[in-house]
Amino acid sequence: MRSALIWAAALSLAFGPLLLAAGSPYLAFRQPIYIAAGFAGIAAMGLLLLQPLLAHRVLTGLPKPRRVHAVLGALIIALITLHVGGLWITSPPDVIDALTFRSPTPFSVWGVLALWAALAAAFLTARRRALRPKTWRRGHLTLGAVIALGTAAHALLIEGTMEPMSKAALAAALAWASLWAAWRSRLFSR
Amino acid sequence: MPIHSFPRRTFLIASSAALATGLPARASGLAPTPTMRGGANNYRPGAALTDRIGGGGFLMTGTVRQAGSGAPIPGARIQIWAHTTEGHERDAASHGATLTDAAGRFQMDMPQIVPAFGQPHGHLAYDGDYDANGFQTVFLRPVMAAAGLTTLNADFVLVPA
Repeated sequence: MRSALIWAAALSLAFGPLLLAAGSPYLAFRQPIYIAAGFAGIAAMGLLLLQPLLAHRVLTGLPKPRRVHAVLGALIIALITLHVGGLWITSPPDVIDALTFRSPTPFSVWGVLALWAALAAAFLTARRRALRPKTWRRGHLTLGAVIALGTAAHALLIEGTMEPMSKAALAAALAWASLWAAWRSRLFSR
Repeated sequence: MPIHSFPRRTFLIASSAALATGLPARASGLAPTPTMRGGANNYRPGAALTDRIGGGGFLMTGTVRQAGSGAPIPGARIQIWAHTTEGHERDAASHGATLTDAAGRFQMDMPQIVPAFGQPHGHLAYDGDYDANGFQTVFLRPVMAAAGLTTLNADFVLVPA
């Protein structure tokens, strides 16, 4: 019963924003590739919430939670690629500004920070066997927190893509989950 | 963030202080408007003069003046573009140009601006290469205080080329 409630809460927080964003009146004025880019970003943000919850067995009942965590990690990277690629097709100069930290929009820097942290996390995962377990864990948790906090700040400062209430709830849950996971794994202790 | 309003505010404060003390306004009173970050994105050099962009319904307004004296610049060509209910910034149909009147004012009837790339914003250009008045090029990117507004203002203060 408790497990089912936790699952329901996590899935609502993670995927409710997708449903609510699909009702945005602005979609009528946007091309399909721009819409797809936005929804790829929202979906990646939702999946990010599940990551620490799967790794720490808050979400229980799955036969191979670590395997699911790894598959979702790869899916998040794919969604980020779709997000940035779709925005690039929509308006190349705006994406170049963001990637070179010259954008006038304050949210771009947080998104690009999360992007690089996500790529670094993928690289670190590929090199995992060459690392000491402690080094791997610290690196992975730190990058996870940077991705989560960067994504939360990025989304909160954007206007016109997500529904504000569900966005705030997901951003808060994401920030909490990533910091809780870092604390629970004793990232901050020696 | 309406960065463009700061030079004007500074000018107003400076000029009212000058009036209050009975001194003539200093020639250096009106600071030039700097080009804003991202202002030139999706610009289309030489977009045609038009009375209205698309179906209209949203009003872009502004003034064009000279740095220092604050004198209006009549006949200055200003290009305006934005992501609106009728199209993306990159669409040719989303762009149009207009000329300032004798008082240096311009306005453009255009479709409603909608949030794009995270902010409801417009773009304006004074391009020295497409204007005989001889001032340096400036690109502006004002952001609307709220997405539901139906007007947006942007003021240019230009420096001779």
